[in-house]
Amino acid sequence: MNKDQRHLNVTAIENGTVIDHIPANNVFKVLHILNLENNKNQVLFGDNLDSRKYGKKGIIKVSNTYFDANEINKIALVAPTATFIGIKNFEVVSKKQVEVPDQIKSIVKCFNPNCITNVENVPSLFTVVDKEQMKLLCHYCEKITVKNNIIFV
Amino acid sequence: MKGKNLVSITDFSKDEYLRILNIAADFEKNPNQKLLNDHVVASLFFEPSTRTRLSFETAANRLGARVVGFSDSGSTSVKKGESLKDTIIMVSGYADIIVMRHPREGAARWASEVSSVPVINAGDGANQHPSQCLLDMYSILQTQGTLDNLNIAFIGDLKYGRTVHSLVQAMCNFNATFHLVSPEQLKLPSSSKMHIKNNKLEYHQYTELADIMPIADIVYMTRIQQERFSDPLEYEKVKNSYVLTKSMLEGCKPNMKILHPLPRINEISEDVDETPQAFYFKQAENGVYVRQALLAAIAGVK
Repeated sequence: MNKDQRHLNVTAIENGTVIDHIPANNVFKVLHILNLENNKNQVLFGDNLDSRKYGKKGIIKVSNTYFDANEINKIALVAPTATFIGIKNFEVVSKKQVEVPDQIKSIVKCFNPNCITNVENVPSLFTVVDKEQMKLLCHYCEKITVKNNIIFV
Repeated sequence: MKGKNLVSITDFSKDEYLRILNIAADFEKNPNQKLLNDHVVASLFFEPSTRTRLSFETAANRLGARVVGFSDSGSTSVKKGESLKDTIIMVSGYADIIVMRHPREGAARWASEVSSVPVINAGDGANQHPSQCLLDMYSILQTQGTLDNLNIAFIGDLKYGRTVHSLVQAMCNFNATFHLVSPEQLKLPSSSKMHIKNNKLEYHQYTELADIMPIADIVYMTRIQQERFSDPLEYEKVKNSYVLTKSMLEGCKPNMKILHPLPRINEISEDVDETPQAFYFKQAENGVYVRQALLAAIAGVK
């Protein structure tokens, strides 16, 4: 396993993005939120890899794809520790940390079953009222969805 | 305020509240002012209501406006599966202002985003009921002579009582101190408490009604509904502990007034009705003046 992992870690991409330090087991959520399920470029990912910093981690490498701050911050809910490393010609050209955005649109389901967003075809929208504890105030029903109740659409 | 939506009480500023209350006082003195002769008000009640619908429609009529709409979605195309979005887009092509009540929380906000005319929320599920809130404020101002620095006690179902949530938010602008009396299961939601904390104001929680009687300037009663309890035994335990009777009024402040959004079931016993503290029927009447003020201000004629 160690051999495989070393191999994976050193597999470089020519152009694209490496998303490192994803909390273990959240790789699939990140793939989903960033819509990498539908990306036509090469996507490599690994989960439960050894990490000196976090014990276990996940990593994703996407060729020929770069992410703007808006997209990067979308994964704040599942991978607040992630780093986005931009690669051009095998060289690191940028490093960006995830920041919790002020608003979260369309990716989280409101936990209130009587909220209009759960009944009609209305895209969900939240204001992040507490960035540390991840409290999301629904723009429609005005109820707070807390971290433990967060479900992704 | 012309063309503005009123979905949540926080959509209006403190100055706008005061302006509405001011206009309402003018309508109380002189209710029949035909300022909206050329207006059509759509009154869309996706769930039944007596007071709110009748007082909005009375307000519109006293202003000379025509009212179209329905009082029960059972007789509309909603029953055929029409989306709220489609209903609202269609109606906003017919009417100048939409007044709506809907059983789902957030429905009015969504409607205001798809409508081409202003939307007034007349209640969205357990969420907001801003016109009730303004008439509550009007009644507080009328009975206390001020909105500032008051001790306001809320009794009963503080979790689902939408009038409570709106009024707590609004009174945060006026340096109020909140006294919250409810059964454990029906405490004020954290979002409302956060609103109080963010405004650096105080709230105190109680389970006994008697505790707040000597300190309250306003006692705001609400109904505890049986359907809020998953366990019928829990309901039986608490249902009689939040009933206000005449004898409990001894020792209250001389300026104290009792408000209730109505309908009342048994939470205020009838012997309270003739006490000087009872204000709930006058409060309901005030609803017409306040709703006249809202319609007139949003239509841009006041």
